[in-house]
Amino acid sequence: MAQPGLFGRETLALHAGQSPDATHGSRATPIHFTTSYVFPDADQAAALFNLEQPGHVYSRISNPTNAVLEERIAALEGGVGAVAVASGQAALHLAVTTLMGCGGHIVASRSLYGGSHNLFAYTLPRFGIHTSFVDPRDADAWRAAIRPETRLLFGESIGNPGLDVLDIPTVAAIAHAARLPLLIDATLVSPALQRPLELGADLVMHSATKFIGGHGVAVGGLLVDGGRFDWEASGLFPTLTEPYEGFHGMDFAEESPVAAFLLRARREGLRDFGACLSPMNAFQILQGLETLPLRMRAHVDNTVRVAQHLADHPLVEKVAYPALASHPDHALGQQILPDGCGAVLSFELKGGRDAGKVFIGALRLFSHLANVGDAKSLVIHPASTTHFRMSATDLAAAGIGEGTVRLSVGLENIADLLADLERGLAAVGKLLKV
Amino acid sequence: MDIPVNHQLTRIYTGGRSFDRELPTVVLIHGAGHDHSVWNYQARHLAHHGYGVLVPDLPGHGASHGTPLRDIDAMASWLLDLADAVGCTRMRLVGHSMGSLIALAAAAKAGDQVERLVLVGSVAPMPVAPVLIDAARDDRDRAHAMINQWSYSPAAQLGASATPGTSLPGTNQRLMERQPAGVLATDLQACNAWLDGLEVAAAIRCPTLLVCGERDQMTPARAVKPLCDALVNAAGGARMMTLPGAGHAMMAESPRALSDAIGKFLK
Repeated sequence: MAQPGLFGRETLALHAGQSPDATHGSRATPIHFTTSYVFPDADQAAALFNLEQPGHVYSRISNPTNAVLEERIAALEGGVGAVAVASGQAALHLAVTTLMGCGGHIVASRSLYGGSHNLFAYTLPRFGIHTSFVDPRDADAWRAAIRPETRLLFGESIGNPGLDVLDIPTVAAIAHAARLPLLIDATLVSPALQRPLELGADLVMHSATKFIGGHGVAVGGLLVDGGRFDWEASGLFPTLTEPYEGFHGMDFAEESPVAAFLLRARREGLRDFGACLSPMNAFQILQGLETLPLRMRAHVDNTVRVAQHLADHPLVEKVAYPALASHPDHALGQQILPDGCGAVLSFELKGGRDAGKVFIGALRLFSHLANVGDAKSLVIHPASTTHFRMSATDLAAAGIGEGTVRLSVGLENIADLLADLERGLAAVGKLLKV
Repeated sequence: MDIPVNHQLTRIYTGGRSFDRELPTVVLIHGAGHDHSVWNYQARHLAHHGYGVLVPDLPGHGASHGTPLRDIDAMASWLLDLADAVGCTRMRLVGHSMGSLIALAAAAKAGDQVERLVLVGSVAPMPVAPVLIDAARDDRDRAHAMINQWSYSPAAQLGASATPGTSLPGTNQRLMERQPAGVLATDLQACNAWLDGLEVAAAIRCPTLLVCGERDQMTPARAVKPLCDALVNAAGGARMMTLPGAGHAMMAESPRALSDAIGKFLK
């Protein structure tokens, strides 16, 4: 323990947010499959609605099983609290709509998950929210893209699928100089490898579907409030600093200076947009979360071996993985991802698109599908799947070639994984007659 | 609401309802390194049950301007100045930890102006470990970690917060971090230096309630007893009650039980 009273990641992953059930003594987190909660009497019902006392009213807004997951991820990230939602995309949408409305503007890294790029580039503009995409490595570009109506800076810890490491301390400083918050999508690293709030970020989101769950059985999203951003001092966020008629005229920043964002996200966003998480999914995600630190160490070990193996192979043009010295963000990765750079990598096969198809077709252990962060190894061809909406120019800007293959390296025996990759590479060799 | 007190802008939270001076007034006073938000649930409860509620950020804390006051007597005088500023002639005082010392000192100064007194997590004197005062001055992160370790019951340290989705230690840490440098150290030194508590307690004539947390490590129930015994002139005798399972941060750990206890006593 670095400080008295602070628990390590492994302990928090198992215990944070849950005490054994007081009625039955259940050690595991119970699944509270209920839509609503009985009010003991009329006074207590009124008290819950008035926020005179905490508690659950309706499972769209809060649920005891979800609350364990929320508190656990908040503890792991070092935040003040969290909201569990239906998916990572729901978490991103909730963050944006809590901070701004029509006329708002976002500055985002251009190295993003395809779904996030789509939300910013095509969907949010229909609602009057526009986004400027910038080269995540270009600090001046971040600074220059900020406008008077900007309300959020956004990037991924490791840009999907180009594996760019975001310089969170630098981008956070740029955001704060403009009195703006920085939201980080930390899906590819999880709190086992990086705690963005400690690096200066203000908000963190996850697709819990990925490494946090780890098993690939439950879709879910998490949004964590760091509690450091001073909304009142910023003066740019009336949703948090002016009375909200939709909830008792509450001025969220006055009500709770450290949890204003969280309050509004739950009391407006979850209530009105309704993208709540099923308690069954919360339970399943919690089962995975219990072993997150252990799993991430094993993921990283396997991924480093895979990356080195591919980098040494004559049929591979290049490998993008920040742990390799050849990666442009290697030094930054060593600095802000000291425990490892995750389990996703991409590489470019000689032979372009056809080689990519042959390679994927020959694999037996790696599953060809649109996901990352499963305990099982996964493979995909981004240009024809996750990023198919992007133009060739946008693809190139995001560091994706037509023959780029993305791997999410799982927890199988490393010798078996390398043998499977050799099988794919042999098929490419046959295609290229080398 | 924000009003000037002694020419310094002061943030006063009113429990989600506009302050009405025609209603019986309750003033809730936060502890060292905190602000009004530690009292959210109790303030809202009282504001929705017939009271005009005032929860100030002490000078230099939260959104209140100025510098933190250096001793408990000065804080108590400031509190009475605040009451004057809002036109409050009679009031009930509720304080937590350092705030309880301020409430005790203010009640002694104000005499009949204070109708009821609730001391939450209170001992007098309130010695503070030198290691904590030193850390508050030289290594705030360490001081915050120590306070978090001592503020919560063992169960609350790891979680199962009463407020869904909220980390109690995380929230408390961030709240302490938000206060300007030096605030926590000044507050803790003020607590440590105020040695008049038991003497002052004898001057209290209004009904008084002391609330202890069963698992409070900062102000354990056994240490509260001398203060309770010193309140010899409190009308009806001072009462002491214990909240089962709660640590020092009772407002967040046992919000409903504490609100009920305060609400019933203030009637």
